[in-house]
Amino acid sequence: MRLGLVIDLDVCVGCHACAIACKEWNASGATAPLTDYQPYGAEPSGVWFNRIRSYEVGDYPNNKTINFPMSCMHCEDADCVTVCPTGASYKRAEDGIVLVDQTKCMGCNYCSWACPYGARELDRESGTMKKCTLCVDRIYDQKIPMEERQPACVLTCPAHARMFGDIDDPDSAVSRVVRERGGYQLMPELGYNPTNHYLPVRKATPISTENMGKAGFKDRLKNIANRIVKR
Amino acid sequence: MHPAFSVIFFTVSSGAGFGLFALLYLADLLKLGGGLPVEQKLIAGLLALVLVGAGLTSSMFHLANPKNAWRAFSRYRTSWLSREGVFAMVFFPFALIYLALTWLQLPAFEWLRLVTGGLGALLAWITIFSTGMIYGCLKTIRQWNSPLVPANYLALGHFTGALILLAIASQGGVALGGYIALVLALLVAAAALKAIYYFWIANPGTGSTIQTATGFTRGKVRLLDTGHTHGTFLTQEFGFQIARKYALALKLFVFLIGFLVPALLLTTGQDTGFGIYAAVITALLGMVAERWLFFAEARHVVNLYHGTQRC
Repeated sequence: MRLGLVIDLDVCVGCHACAIACKEWNASGATAPLTDYQPYGAEPSGVWFNRIRSYEVGDYPNNKTINFPMSCMHCEDADCVTVCPTGASYKRAEDGIVLVDQTKCMGCNYCSWACPYGARELDRESGTMKKCTLCVDRIYDQKIPMEERQPACVLTCPAHARMFGDIDDPDSAVSRVVRERGGYQLMPELGYNPTNHYLPVRKATPISTENMGKAGFKDRLKNIANRIVKR
Repeated sequence: MHPAFSVIFFTVSSGAGFGLFALLYLADLLKLGGGLPVEQKLIAGLLALVLVGAGLTSSMFHLANPKNAWRAFSRYRTSWLSREGVFAMVFFPFALIYLALTWLQLPAFEWLRLVTGGLGALLAWITIFSTGMIYGCLKTIRQWNSPLVPANYLALGHFTGALILLAIASQGGVALGGYIALVLALLVAAAALKAIYYFWIANPGTGSTIQTATGFTRGKVRLLDTGHTHGTFLTQEFGFQIARKYALALKLFVFLIGFLVPALLLTTGQDTGFGIYAAVITALLGMVAERWLFFAEARHVVNLYHGTQRC
């Protein structure tokens, strides 16, 4: 079994709900707390397992904004585990989840140097390395309903841009969608063989903004209102 | 990469210490310059241990949770950082037995002295190599993922070690010609390897780009939003960048102060007392600058996600 995420870049709206849900669940989970530094101060910062960046691809008018969530890829060849001198970082044989044993980590940062995806962040308060656990303390919980045994980020995503499943199983929903939509891995040239896959943006014809015709009554009212209201 | 002073001091100090011990053993074995007096051998050996010990202690300050540092000896089968620690620890007993027998001067145990010293020298070389491989094995940093990195660490460690050995030998009434030749040979090798390294990393090569990092390979990719209001661990640890002109100035400093000035001091009749000590100090200053630049110039691929076009 090789558990991981599939992220659909075509529908991600960049709302950061996955990051917030992740923080909410994991701030009381196995690697808690996820320390914040100056949360209400001038320079807010802190530990997050999931970060969303936005990119502009192509040049106007053939450009597009793509929101890009990133968390641990739970790589098959995880160098972060190989380089760890203490044995705190490990990859579970049964499901491929990469974890950090908080009682063994000495906070040397070496695993974060070995990770190309920026998945690992040092908690300055505890002095240990923290990372996405794929909600390991949730997906196997027998006390919650079957459909809720998924990572917090997947459950919360309002656009259904995140899918969770077994990439090893060719018939799983995630394997099928990766096959059908041409899902890909990030920085394949480094040879980490990440489990998480990204589904590319679908091809779409841009909606023309020329020859829109004469503005109707509603639009004229809007234009008048726009001129009156000072923003 | 953010240049952490603790790691800079650790690599420079322990490199010089291991180089000093390995060359002390060779000088002792080959009776270089007529053979060092026992007192000089002990000073050099103990100074080597102090440099290594100070370096390893300094590396502890880099840790955010040092109470677990003892666990770092456990994963020597995969981790170069663990190997570095294990080899450094195994080095100490051999070095101490060698130095103790050098002090006691027991003819019956001369064979043991030479064997433990030889193993200590071998472990010193292996440990410097391991230090270099800590950086050399990382696929995420193009400037480090090169066999030139452990080669540089070995050459620079032995060069600084040879200079310190010369400084100690100059107080021992031995013929210094051989020691100076040793320093100059290592200086030329170290400077040449460093020059090749700087030449090599100047070429961008075929590394990762923002396109391969995001998978958007059909067009230009620009960062619109990093997703955080202030810095993160990633920007603090990997975001550091040095302007090209400062990097060039520092490279000149490394070659002038680290290599050229010591070479001139040792070849233009300054090879006694003050000149040798001045050479040691300028060379070590050059090495600190070299090590700072080694970190400052390293560009981690995670920067691609923060808008860097190529690393």
